[in-house]
Amino acid sequence: MRIIVCVKQVIDTAARIELKDQKLDGTALARVLNPYDEFAIEEALRIRESKHDTEIVLVSLGAECFRDSLRAGLAMGADRAVHLMDPLFNNIDSLTTAYLLSQAAKLLGFDIIFCGRQAVDDDMAQIGPALAVYLEIPCITVVTQLDFLEDWDVAVAVRQIEGGTETIESSLPALFTCQKGLNQPRLPSLKGIMAAKKKEIETFDADKLGFSLKEKPSSNETLIHTGLSLPDRRGEGKIIGGSPNEVATQLVKILREQEKVV
Amino acid sequence: MIVSKKILVFVESGENAIKPFAFEAIHAARILADALGGSVDALCLGIEKSLADSLVHWGADSVKIFVNPLFETITLEKALLSIEPLVNEQKPYAVFFSATTYGKELSASLSAKLNVGLLTDCVSIDLGKQGEVLVRRPVYAGKAISHVTLQGSGPHILSLRQNVFRGPSPDISRIGKVKLIDFKIPDDRLVLKIREVVRESGGQMDVTEARVVVSGGLGMQKPENFILLEDLAQVLRGAVGASRPVVDNGWRNYSNQIGQTGRTVQPDLYIACGISGSVQHLAGMSAAKCIIAINKDPNAPIFSVADYGIIGDALEILPLLTEEFRKVLGSSG
Ligand SMILES: Cc1cc2nc3c(=O)[nH]c(=O)nc-3n(C[C@H](O)[C@H](O)[C@H](O)COP(=O)(O)OP(=O)(O)OC[C@H]3O[C@@H](n4cnc5c(N)ncnc54)[C@H](O)[C@@H]3O)c2cc1C
Repeated sequence: MRIIVCVKQVIDTAARIELKDQKLDGTALARVLNPYDEFAIEEALRIRESKHDTEIVLVSLGAECFRDSLRAGLAMGADRAVHLMDPLFNNIDSLTTAYLLSQAAKLLGFDIIFCGRQAVDDDMAQIGPALAVYLEIPCITVVTQLDFLEDWDVAVAVRQIEGGTETIESSLPALFTCQKGLNQPRLPSLKGIMAAKKKEIETFDADKLGFSLKEKPSSNETLIHTGLSLPDRRGEGKIIGGSPNEVATQLVKILREQEKVV
Repeated sequence: MIVSKKILVFVESGENAIKPFAFEAIHAARILADALGGSVDALCLGIEKSLADSLVHWGADSVKIFVNPLFETITLEKALLSIEPLVNEQKPYAVFFSATTYGKELSASLSAKLNVGLLTDCVSIDLGKQGEVLVRRPVYAGKAISHVTLQGSGPHILSLRQNVFRGPSPDISRIGKVKLIDFKIPDDRLVLKIREVVRESGGQMDVTEARVVVSGGLGMQKPENFILLEDLAQVLRGAVGASRPVVDNGWRNYSNQIGQTGRTVQPDLYIACGISGSVQHLAGMSAAKCIIAINKDPNAPIFSVADYGIIGDALEILPLLTEEFRKVLGSSG
């Protein structure tokens, strides 16, 4: 069995976002493997633990620094890592990214594809479902539990929906996007980190992926990104003082009469 | 130039009821359609005809109900096979979804099918000075807002964050067309099967849908104390949220986690109890209309986003607050 795990490098969630000319000034910010992708890698590793002839291939499309996220995944225990990189891939939109990932997946072959539920930078939650569409395979998103029937040809996924959960069955190949709760991602061992340093990261360029700018599906002409802003600053807060009883009475009064939120 | 001014809304339903957030999407579509001089079409899968009137009251001009016994359960595949041909045929200017688990995966899949752009979790849709449509959506889990202008005749695919586009009230005098349409699904192409749907116990509202979220952090000390939050949430008809360590400790279910790696909520009222206010937590709730913080530590960062702060012991104040609310809300019905 071959499992492809799509990973992305994102800005550390602890980072404060600062803007310059309505753009993110991210040069100085720490970057990490997208937290949801850790669940994806961990789930692949767990499958390999019970089905030994499994190969785990990490795939990432992005700048040079994205290799760090591939190294992080290799250190956790993935077998191979493929970096999709080419000057032609600069400034492509997420659909094109999904398309290129689908081209890579076709070249590699796969039974299962794992993605994170979403990347915690653009929060679009588009790549997983779009990739499944391009590969014409079923897709189950926001998965919190995953099991397989005996022959490893049918997956049973539990996923989070508003106000509850849903259990969905799918044949393989299929794509799953991974949510917190699915597992507890392991920390890479020292041995894993050393081994990851030695592993070669393969590069697929535009040529290899059969990609030219002309045929790319793109939304860059229909969605004009005009910039970022910071959320409205909240006004100076008010501290409500007094005895616990007074505080409670006052707060209820304010929420009812001034804020009118209850 | 905008050619078609039709806005198609995919209406989420389940257990033979329309999801409340679907009315928000209809309401948002109505406002945009009015600004553009266009119309609002709603697509429903397998609901009873009598339910459709409510969509008209909220602003739909016409409602299509696709009928097929297979719609007893709705999977991504079935929904995609239903909506894709309709969008191809109608060529609407925009297609609106709710930014729910279903809505997000369906809108993303449709964008790939049609090779058109997608905007997830939109929080505002406005008309610019030149009549262009301006959309805003949070990125970096709400730490920044991305501004996007829709260009060309569409279809543009948008999913709308819950709780943001609430309308005042439905207009029960509105009339519209409601049509039942037998819809054929090539069932040999269906792979996904829903085995089971489990509602969260106690019939509690989902944190993303609730107008009031009462959240607890490690300052709640132990899992048993969350009953204090549940009591308050019940009086306010809200939902209980939690910080990440609370979830990691197994005190609360993951679906309760608010923050960058949890749920992003935008309720009218967010009450943070014993939550320090880390960057990751703030990302998930700082867009709430009104924020209350109860914390022992006057220097806790949560106070920097709170509209009203109470410096004190949450365990002591919560029961008093619940009692006080019960008094005033009880008397006003
Ligand atoms: C990759 C990553 C992702 C993360 N994602 C999230 C996320 O999505 N959501 C999230 O919440 N966190 C997230 N975190 C964790 C985050 O950094 C903080 O650790 C966490 O939010 C702190 O939770 P807390 O406020 O409950 O606990 P603490 O920071 O320990 O704060 C407890 C607070 O309770 C107060 N207190 C104690 N006793 C009382 C009392 N009796 N009455 C009143 N106040 C009291 C204390 O003064 C303190 O301010 C993430 C971290 C990482 C690294």
